[in-house]
Amino acid sequence: MKAMRLSVTRAVGGAALALAMTVPALAQAPAAPAAGGSPTLDAIRARGTLICGVNTGLAGFAQPDSQGVWRGFDVDYCRAVALALWNDANRVRYVPTTAQNRFTALQSGEVDMLARNTTWTLSRDTSLGFDFTGINFYDGQGFMVKASTGVRTARELEGATICVQPGTTTEQNLTDWARSNRIRFTPVVIERLEEVVQAYVAGRCDAYTTDVSGLAATRSAQPNPREHSILPDVISKEPLGPLIRHGDQRFADLLRWIHFGLIGAEELGITAANVQQRASDANPEVQRMLGRTGDLGRMLGVDNAWMVNIIRGVGNYGEIFARNLEPIGIQRGPNALWTTPGGLQYAPPFR
Amino acid sequence: MSDVTLNTAVAGVPHDASAPRSAPIRQTGAIAWVRQNLFATWLSTAVTLLLAYLILRWTVGFIEWAFLNAIWEVPVVNGQAQTQACREMRGTGACWAVINEKHRFILFGTYPFEQHWRPALVCVLFVALYIVSAMRRFWNWTLVPIWIVTLTVIGILMWGGILGLPYVPQERWGGLPITLILSTFGLALAFPLAILVALGRRSKLPAIKILCVLYVELIRGVPLISLLFMASVMFPLFLPEGMNIDKLLRAQVAITLFAGAYLAEVVRGGLQALPRGQYEAAEALGLSYWQKTGLIILPQALRLVIPPLVNTFIGFFKDTSLVLIIGIFDLLTAGKTAIVEPAWQGFGVEVYVTVGVIYLVFCFAMSKYSQGLERDLNQHRRR
Repeated sequence: MKAMRLSVTRAVGGAALALAMTVPALAQAPAAPAAGGSPTLDAIRARGTLICGVNTGLAGFAQPDSQGVWRGFDVDYCRAVALALWNDANRVRYVPTTAQNRFTALQSGEVDMLARNTTWTLSRDTSLGFDFTGINFYDGQGFMVKASTGVRTARELEGATICVQPGTTTEQNLTDWARSNRIRFTPVVIERLEEVVQAYVAGRCDAYTTDVSGLAATRSAQPNPREHSILPDVISKEPLGPLIRHGDQRFADLLRWIHFGLIGAEELGITAANVQQRASDANPEVQRMLGRTGDLGRMLGVDNAWMVNIIRGVGNYGEIFARNLEPIGIQRGPNALWTTPGGLQYAPPFR
Repeated sequence: MSDVTLNTAVAGVPHDASAPRSAPIRQTGAIAWVRQNLFATWLSTAVTLLLAYLILRWTVGFIEWAFLNAIWEVPVVNGQAQTQACREMRGTGACWAVINEKHRFILFGTYPFEQHWRPALVCVLFVALYIVSAMRRFWNWTLVPIWIVTLTVIGILMWGGILGLPYVPQERWGGLPITLILSTFGLALAFPLAILVALGRRSKLPAIKILCVLYVELIRGVPLISLLFMASVMFPLFLPEGMNIDKLLRAQVAITLFAGAYLAEVVRGGLQALPRGQYEAAEALGLSYWQKTGLIILPQALRLVIPPLVNTFIGFFKDTSLVLIIGIFDLLTAGKTAIVEPAWQGFGVEVYVTVGVIYLVFCFAMSKYSQGLERDLNQHRRR
């Protein structure tokens, strides 16, 4: 635990470190978690609410609506956990976190879990001391062009001018992709999001590149979204998923199988509308998943009706996707089930 | 003399220079002023005409955008606002429908919707508290219980959990109450701290002096953003596992410390501007250090620095919006978040104008009040 903390401290950066050195007396080794069991789940149960770190506002993933109620794809994952634990989607406290303070919030125990469109990378998994419990959204860098140009794939962008924001991996990915595909292009590098979008809309560049989910949100905000099309090519990997602190396997199991349960439910055709009837389905896997037979819920430390409660509350993966992401123009793409060509979402068997 | 002039006037002698005539209309009055100040030379005439044209154009353009072409409401189908009408204007008119739809979110953030009367009442209480504190007749010990009672009531309203009010955890607070809480507590706590630090910096005791100098220079040496980051990102890592100080409280402490350092320098300026004679006279009267400071030095020193103090106050009122980087929904962040929803994306101008007007009301009130205060308190200086 101590080493993990130190690595976080190191990761925060030199300036902060200098300040940290002025108060070394404050730095103490945190108490080690109790062996066995699940410290996080115990704390959540004792508190009676799940504390979920979410984005401060990202269309489709996490955003408060006009009534101040959090909605979105990531938010539904938080709700699913509360449904599994107590069959009550409202027992979640949402803590808005920024890109900068999200990891500290999780590390310091301010939140129990993050469902905040965070990319799973090796360093975050190891030196930052987190456990990613699955990939609930395969994102990646893509291109948007005006539909009137008739461009259908990214390979047709030979000689095009492409709008891109600097400083992120986006620009690097674009250059790498162009080099490996021998495509010549002229980059138009603009710092601010509104300005780069405006430049694209005004026709200063033929294409605009960023993560596909971002492209979709931008597209849906245009006066006429149909004038713009997002190309099917994805040139980088940004697997997003919920994450928790290292060293809590029980909680990780629960989150992992909630995700698999949502996907499995879609695969088996279990929806919010038909979950009650399907409980008496002849299919043994459906029976096991919905707690009719077997003891799967109890093995995870929750009620055997956990999947029934989750599906009734938030629907299956496909329904969550359709409710939150399809209105902003994000298609299933790689997030389709593995049974569809190109789909990557796959759940291990429920037995 | 008057007879003479009267006579001459009656006699109708027009070239009598001694007659008290009013100055020709071309030398006084509005026309003369305009001629002298706006059309004196061909250059100023050109500038006047150009500016008049631009101002007129912008005013007309603004009125057209904000009122004539504006859309105040859009239909809602199945809980989804239909904003096509707004989008089709392509910026020629304001889409005030976004404010209509989102004003409660902008003002109160994610506070439970059916409980919005509580933060609304809190805002009213804050404004009432400011007005009462500004009135000269309450400038005595009654102000202390007034503040304590009001802030207690505000705390009860925001948190709830007693008197039948449902409990609302801090991360659900948002909007205007957050801005008011951060700036009121920040400045109310920073001001006494600033006075102590300013006095400490002029102290003859080396330890106190060094401590105060260190505090001021360290805090002033880093931007507020990095202090907020410290409070939000670094500080929790030093705490033992399971011990969490609330994010809002951490931000509040950071803002208070920051404001304290700046105000301390302003107060120190006032202390330095005071003539030595005042200190010596107070000492000659045999007053103790605290008597001298409280009765002679501070009243004069603070009076001298009202303009820079208010300047700092206004600055900090607006600086509280920096908490957006640590994920607290103050007024500005709530406004920004309101337009994340795809249906309302692209109507930022309307939201920013609204939020700007709210900030303006508070800052302008502070500025106006300080001008009055300055005039009243410094009357002896203007003879």
